[in-house]
Amino acid sequence: MSLMRATSPHARSGDNTAKVMLQVAAATAPGVLAMVIYFGIGVLINIALCVVTALLCEAAVMKLRGRPAAFYLRDYSAFVTALLLGIALPSYCAWWLPVVGSAVAIVLSKHLYGGMGYNPFNPAMVGYVVLLISFPVDMTRWVGAAEVIGGAPSISEAVSLVFGSYNIDGFTRATPLEIVRLNESVLLSQLYEIEPIFSRGTFAGVGWETISFGFLLGGLFLLFRRVITWHAPVAMLATLALLSLLFYDSGSSLSEGSPLLHLFSGATMFGAFFIITDPVSGATSNKGRLIFGAGVGLFTYIIRAWGSYPDALAFAVLLMNFAAPTIDNYTLPRTYGHKRPRSATDLEER
Amino acid sequence: MATPAYGEITRNGLWKNNPALVQLLGLCPLLAVTGSVVNAIGLGLATTGVLTSSNLAVSLVRRQMPDTVRLPASVMIIATFVTCVELLMQAYTYELYLMLGIFIPLIVTNCAILGRADAFASKNSALPSLVDGFMMGIGFTAVLITVGAVREILGQGTLFSNMDLLLGPIAKDWRITVLGSHYPGALVAVLPPGAFLVTGLLIAAKNAIDTGIEKHRSQKVKIVPGSKRVRVTGRIV
Repeated sequence: MSLMRATSPHARSGDNTAKVMLQVAAATAPGVLAMVIYFGIGVLINIALCVVTALLCEAAVMKLRGRPAAFYLRDYSAFVTALLLGIALPSYCAWWLPVVGSAVAIVLSKHLYGGMGYNPFNPAMVGYVVLLISFPVDMTRWVGAAEVIGGAPSISEAVSLVFGSYNIDGFTRATPLEIVRLNESVLLSQLYEIEPIFSRGTFAGVGWETISFGFLLGGLFLLFRRVITWHAPVAMLATLALLSLLFYDSGSSLSEGSPLLHLFSGATMFGAFFIITDPVSGATSNKGRLIFGAGVGLFTYIIRAWGSYPDALAFAVLLMNFAAPTIDNYTLPRTYGHKRPRSATDLEER
Repeated sequence: MATPAYGEITRNGLWKNNPALVQLLGLCPLLAVTGSVVNAIGLGLATTGVLTSSNLAVSLVRRQMPDTVRLPASVMIIATFVTCVELLMQAYTYELYLMLGIFIPLIVTNCAILGRADAFASKNSALPSLVDGFMMGIGFTAVLITVGAVREILGQGTLFSNMDLLLGPIAKDWRITVLGSHYPGALVAVLPPGAFLVTGLLIAAKNAIDTGIEKHRSQKVKIVPGSKRVRVTGRIV
């Protein structure tokens, strides 16, 4: 994005926070639609719970801080945070998980650090990680795709799963990343034949690959609309692909999975286009975004392959959020008229 | 330096200059062992004991200590008392001693204790130093217990579990289930991030209370009608 202003008359775009946020929200549509098709309406319940909680929290905090609540609710930033958290949470999790996670994201991670534009960490990912380390069992139960478990839960089943004491175990299946990670006995090609989630899909598990394509599509829309730049997503996906290719191990029983599995399963595409492109908690310059994205890809692969969690995007994003200010410091762009990049703390040109 | 009055010393230790909330000293044990109330009370009492006795001892020998060896000498005195507490805990509350582990010997390095020895005891006479050590210890313990209680309720849904480790068989049934038996337990409260979060929120609460008191006080000041001072910078008290 160019911030340079020429002399008048200025041609100004009508972009503001609300418009950008609504475009991001619209871009999640294909991915969410794919999730509804394969996993049923659970994701919509999650999103609804998250959004309601987030808006209530946002309004309450704004009232406490003595700011106009309606004005800040209309910029849709809390809505997008809640939307992203709702997508990230496992479908049909108990109702209090989205509520707690959304409240943590808005109150602790966003407003305690100064609110919109000041949060050093991605709020949706903080909410997700707090839930993941607090309630690891509930947070790692994913329902199987409709084709694997013989039909996604119906609406009445969904309601009793989320609000009642209905046990979810009958619907859950291991995710593709978990299956590959836990496999120690058979070749990958055999695994793809035995496990229904792979045999009914093409390369990264039935359902997951379609959902990933959905988010990829949404991400391309955001790129086309110039809401995000290509740097961070491309760097992340390239790093992840390169590492998974290096450790692919030609599909032995100890293989960590093919590059296609890592790119099109789990949270990769969703994270690459919707999480790490957050302009607040990420790096600022284009060079910085390349480093930031590569770091997220690196940590995601390391934790997926050798850590104790099957998917790792949230941890990777938070780790790189820590590093973002340092990255910014070393990737200052050169301003016009100066021979080399200067930071605000430099006293005079060297 | 004039010795402050006992009321001032008490207010400083418990609230105004609280070691944990204001000086932010002794954060390592504060964050590490406050997973439950019993741990918090155990470590708090041990710290208070050491703080009180080391303050008294440092104050008694303050004239014999040349400035050049003041800090090492204070550390030696503190280490002696920590060893005493450690042996006492081994004798009377062995399980609690095992649970607190390395953090009992680490009281030696607790900055709150060395800080009080250096800032107060080495400059004041015996009795004020004793009171200062005790009040600082109680203030520290109160914060430990508050953080421990919040973390135990959020993390396990209980309060006062395992109190018999500290107080013997009388306390066996003290355990209260606060949040119902179906409460899943937010592990984050028991893990280190929970300690940082709860401590941070506690400091924020203390500051909010202080601001509230200050506001209340400044409102009480009556503006005398007909005052000649029209324009002032700052508040008239």
